[in-house]
Amino acid sequence: MPQVLVLADHAEGRAKKTTLELLAAARRLGEPAAVVVSATGPSAQLKEELACHGATRIYAVESADADDHLVTPTVGALELAAREASPVAVLVPATVEGNEVAARLAVRLDAGLLLDAVDLDASGTATHIVFGGSYTVTSRATHGTPVISVRPGAFEPEEQMTQAVEQPLTLPSVDPAGSARVIERRPAPAGDRPALAEASVVVSGGRGVAGPEGFKVVEQLADALGGAVGASRAAVDAGYYPHQYQVGQTGTSVSPQLYIALGISGAIQHLAGMQTSKTIIAVNKDPEAPIFNIADLAVVGDLFSVAPQLTEEVTRRKG
Amino acid sequence: MNIVVLVKQVPDTSAERTLTEGEYGHFTLDREALDPVLDEINERAVEEALRLKETIGAQVTVVTMGPEPAADALRKALAMGADAGIHVCDEALRGSDVPTTARVLAAAVRAVEDVDLVLAGNAATDGRAGAVPAAVADLLGLPQLTQVRELEISDGQVRAERVTEDGEATLQASLPSLVSVTEKINEPRYPSFKGIMAAKKKPIRTLDLDDVFPDADSQRFVTARSQVAQAVPRPPRAAGTRCDDDGSAGRRIAEHLMAQKLL
Ligand SMILES: Cc1cc2nc3c(=O)[nH]c(=O)nc-3n(C[C@H](O)[C@H](O)[C@H](O)COP(=O)(O)OP(=O)(O)OC[C@H]3O[C@@H](n4cnc5c(N)ncnc54)[C@H](O)[C@@H]3O)c2cc1C
Repeated sequence: MPQVLVLADHAEGRAKKTTLELLAAARRLGEPAAVVVSATGPSAQLKEELACHGATRIYAVESADADDHLVTPTVGALELAAREASPVAVLVPATVEGNEVAARLAVRLDAGLLLDAVDLDASGTATHIVFGGSYTVTSRATHGTPVISVRPGAFEPEEQMTQAVEQPLTLPSVDPAGSARVIERRPAPAGDRPALAEASVVVSGGRGVAGPEGFKVVEQLADALGGAVGASRAAVDAGYYPHQYQVGQTGTSVSPQLYIALGISGAIQHLAGMQTSKTIIAVNKDPEAPIFNIADLAVVGDLFSVAPQLTEEVTRRKG
Repeated sequence: MNIVVLVKQVPDTSAERTLTEGEYGHFTLDREALDPVLDEINERAVEEALRLKETIGAQVTVVTMGPEPAADALRKALAMGADAGIHVCDEALRGSDVPTTARVLAAAVRAVEDVDLVLAGNAATDGRAGAVPAAVADLLGLPQLTQVRELEISDGQVRAERVTEDGEATLQASLPSLVSVTEKINEPRYPSFKGIMAAKKKPIRTLDLDDVFPDADSQRFVTARSQVAQAVPRPPRAAGTRCDDDGSAGRRIAEHLMAQKLL
């Protein structure tokens, strides 16, 4: 069986969830082979996690620059492994950084680039949901080794015990004139809430929340439901909530089981990032708010009375 | 200092977007059906270039690739205060994929002498992936400082604050470098009447593929490496149940969640 390279993102010696999802996706196309880029080699725990999720081979790429240079060591490692393995495809997560890595790699391999796939079939055809959820598109590479970025959460990790063969590769040091140095990383605080893009419940607040203190009401409802907090661009621009929580065309795209919009009017750029959600509930004072056109349940009312009551009800029924 | 800003004309996002089936079953975005505008994120990239021009002095060249009307995006940037434009326009580039677009833009940047800084928007509103700036950096061999919300340049050094879903990072590189900005970097200025008048006299060079790739061999890169096989509109969402809050809407929603097994 042909190999499928998977970029194995890791943190603190453990595989990220997206890595395990990519291994599941890779099994549709061939034998998953994980590419681990690190300064010190993969940890025993990481190797075991990869082998338990179907990785038959681990390309351990040692690079002294892995931690303190942006993107280039990862691209170099994937290029090295791709030239070694002649894989049928290379998979990376469709995060901001993953898409950047994919683009650079596709250029180097002179290969087809398929971004943000939500599904993959055995022939390498990818499915994408584009234009804010208004089209389903299928595409395939017509040239070279396809480089595919896969949307986080699109695949479920699958357990599959394998014997992973480890193969070390050494990456030449990066050229400082062609690479940005990372002086400091400040990872997003993990907190107790799920990541926005992967959460099965998202509660978002808009300008109607009226201030940073108002977001307490949004957070309390999100916590009662075990969900993530999102915000409209107007709420972010007004300084009510930090930028990384922005949902929409120029923020994060979400597709949870449940999306609750509090004090959000429903501009097309906001809808573009959430209208593929399974169930949408909107609370807005304005009976004409466009968000109501796509809501499964539209509540005309003041979010400051509706949301706390809902939080209380949810807490009571759960507890 | 020489700054090149990569800009793009996009369909106005407040309108509906459609895909059309062209020759040989290729689907491409039906750009002509929409009101084209200079992508908002590019206005912020141009703004950042103009602020550098005002503080440390720079010659600002805006570069775009696209059909004839894309020159309007250049005019807008010139009206804001950029000095010159380059428009790569060639029928063969219609429907270009990311690698082709990046190769053409990289070649156009090379057509400007002694470039110190390439600026771009982090992601086009009609493409979203943010892949083009990274690919251009790779092709030009420049340090990539992308998704930047704060930029500082002094003594040939670039320092930038990057924001992604993973968190924040402080980046550093020497010039020449490539930087892409997020929508939080600045508020772009409006062109003044004087600026609009002055823009009419500023130079725009129009180049075709033979001009950007004088070595005919390079043209083999201008080929699609991927193809859209099928494009199906998704059914629009219908409005569901509506209720006015009579003081019990919170309970009402909770019941709905129970009924939908979401609780
Ligand atoms: C290029 C571009 C990209 C963009 N990208 C994004 C994006 O990624 N994400 C995004 O969200 N927007 C984006 N926008 C902005 C978008 O067009 C809207 O301006 C924005 O979504 C509006 O946010 P909002 O609904 O919170 O604010 P508003 O439109 O001001 O709506 C506030 C709503 O709150 C309601 N309200 C007020 N008080 C209460 C109360 N007490 N209880 C209940 N309801 C109340 C009001 O009736 C109103 O409907 C983009 C715009 C452009 C041009």
